[in-house]
Amino acid sequence: MASAYSKDLLLTMYRKMFLIRRFEERAGQQYGLGKIAGFCHLYIGQEAVAVGTNEAIRPDDYMLSAYRDHGQPLARGSDAGMVMAELFGRTGGYSKGKGGSMHIFDIEHHFYGGYGIVGGQIPLAAGMAFASRYRNEDRVTVCFFGDAAANQGALHETFNMAAKWKLPVIYICENNRYGMGTAVGRTASVPEIYKRASAYNMRGEPVDGMDALAMYETVKDCADYCRAGKGPVLLEANTYRFRGHSMADPATYRSKSEVEEERKNDPIPKLRAFALKKKLAADADFEAIEEEVKAQVDAAVKFADESPEPDLEELWRDTIVEEGEEDVRPRQRVLGHNVTNWPSYPSGQELKVTWDLEPREQAEKEDKKAGLVR
Amino acid sequence: MAELMYREALNQALDEEMKRDANVFLIGEEVGRYNGAFKVSQGLLDRYGSARVIDAPISELGFAGMSVGAAMVGLRPVVEMMTWNFAILAMDQIVNNAAKLRHMSGGQLRCPIVFRGPGGAGGRLSSQHSQALEANYAHFPGLKVIAPATPADAKGMLKSAIRDENPIIMFEGERLYAIKGEVPEGEHVVPLGKADVKREGKDVTLITWSRMYYFCEQAAQELEKEGISVEILDLRTLRPLDEEAILASVRKTNRAVICEEGWALAGVGASVVDIIQSKAFDDLDAPVLRVTGLDVNMSYAANLENAIQPDAPKIIAAVKQVLYRQGA
Ligand SMILES: Cc1ncc(C[n+]2csc(CCOP(=O)(O)OP(=O)(O)O)c2C)c(N)n1
Repeated sequence: MASAYSKDLLLTMYRKMFLIRRFEERAGQQYGLGKIAGFCHLYIGQEAVAVGTNEAIRPDDYMLSAYRDHGQPLARGSDAGMVMAELFGRTGGYSKGKGGSMHIFDIEHHFYGGYGIVGGQIPLAAGMAFASRYRNEDRVTVCFFGDAAANQGALHETFNMAAKWKLPVIYICENNRYGMGTAVGRTASVPEIYKRASAYNMRGEPVDGMDALAMYETVKDCADYCRAGKGPVLLEANTYRFRGHSMADPATYRSKSEVEEERKNDPIPKLRAFALKKKLAADADFEAIEEEVKAQVDAAVKFADESPEPDLEELWRDTIVEEGEEDVRPRQRVLGHNVTNWPSYPSGQELKVTWDLEPREQAEKEDKKAGLVR
Repeated sequence: MAELMYREALNQALDEEMKRDANVFLIGEEVGRYNGAFKVSQGLLDRYGSARVIDAPISELGFAGMSVGAAMVGLRPVVEMMTWNFAILAMDQIVNNAAKLRHMSGGQLRCPIVFRGPGGAGGRLSSQHSQALEANYAHFPGLKVIAPATPADAKGMLKSAIRDENPIIMFEGERLYAIKGEVPEGEHVVPLGKADVKREGKDVTLITWSRMYYFCEQAAQELEKEGISVEILDLRTLRPLDEEAILASVRKTNRAVICEEGWALAGVGASVVDIIQSKAFDDLDAPVLRVTGLDVNMSYAANLENAIQPDAPKIIAAVKQVLYRQGA
């Protein structure tokens, strides 16, 4: 592993991981107070996966996730207050409070959503990657899903197409060893999820999901691989969630000692220890970050609390796009920021599609071999 | 104006829209080298290449969802389902993703996609290949559902659907592909959400769509011989329903019969009855009747298959009943 990390990179990763940790702790607390309802799936323990990944890709790469989706947008740079307001079901949320915990969308930061149907986002990611190839853009798409989602048909159908068409998509299975209360091995015939890639002739490998730098290095390499047109990747990030499946889950299906053992592997102190050992940062650096983040999260909770509930009028908006209607830019709507980096795409006239899924000569050769005349 | 088959009209619409906008691509089983299971995509692969006319594996959920993802970032996919029977496998992607993206993102995302393919019963295929499923999709906010009956509407509505910013579900009539009709050349677009009076009349309104329109027309011609003047309202779009057109026609004729190929329970026609009775009750001279497919699974046996589906005699009987010319 390369060791020439900049102080800036390490501190950025630390700041983001600490933000997610702190945010989730407060979210859990607010759930307990009844401010957050529905399902609330916390990401505590898995921070290194989102943060290592985000620092390894470009800000304009696409990302999407499942319902455990607070961590990834925070890693991307989404506003913590607006994410919290979404959890509260308030106007200040990214989706005006209509999506809630499981459906965070921040298109400005190219975060294309959290999805509540296990595995349902997997085909979407291939489609986004398809669009990048169609338009000759060198973007990659990163799609997170859980170990249990790997058993869905959606994954297998999609891997087949993504591999056949060499789509630039990185699938990251966050194997936290349980799907709700079911340990991976109880339902997966091959519990090493990365091995499933081999069935589709696709690159697949495991990575230490409790190590932000391992995530960073591996995803960087995968992104280069995708951008070079070599096809999709399946990474299995071996990680662990320290809390229950959702706030409603006391997690009695795993032993205390197992959780204690895993907690020794906490990715946040691990990164700190690494930076200290390499003398890339000092304790004071981390302490300053922690103070800032705590204040940031306090402010986020206050912002969410003070944000009004949506008007009943909102019921009738955002279902069908009316003619000439603009898309909503949340930070502009809520905070008054002039959001300019909203994605825009070439119009049909400007776009030249030069890519061939099945090159013509090859198709003709095959036809000839089969005795068909075209 | 050229006489075209329904399938040729659709082909023309696809060709014109793909020429107009390079963001439009077609994906589905056998749409490319095979030229389409029902030949709707004839010749398109040669014109637009394999990145824009894509032969998908038999993975309805997979390629439907992949296309939704492409639409989320601005491409305009047209997804051909070999038939709507198989699209049941893709229902999660259509319903849980396409229909809900704009809502769940609070207006950040749009999903301009068309899911199209043949629907409807018949052809001695038994239960799994023979069903009219439009009511299922008409149920979901976030989708628009269309079902044109004529070649001209097929072309004009597909063009509108491709240009629409929302997910569109388009039912084509499996048994309409070979019917012929006049189709305007070039820029012919039919607005979505607008019903069409296909036949003017004054005694009773027949409300219908897709293949059932032809049975209604047959019934109207028969009834005319007996001095009964029938108006036929072709809904064309099933979500949103054109309430104004429904009410206007019923207020004119004061009587209505709805003819629907699908099952009666929770059918689209049930909602049409609801609109009429709640908004035009005082204009009615008789209860609204429905002629629907029977609430049973489709049989292979020829006589059973026929008995299950609506036809002109059943429609005629219902019309006579609302005119009190014949008992129940
Ligand atoms: C199609 C579907 N089936 C079942 C559920 C209920 N459910 C929600 S999360 C979950 C477990 C998924 O576990 P995994 O994919 O490993 O993700 P993790 O929670 O570990 O992040 C289940 C069964 C669902 N949301 N969608």
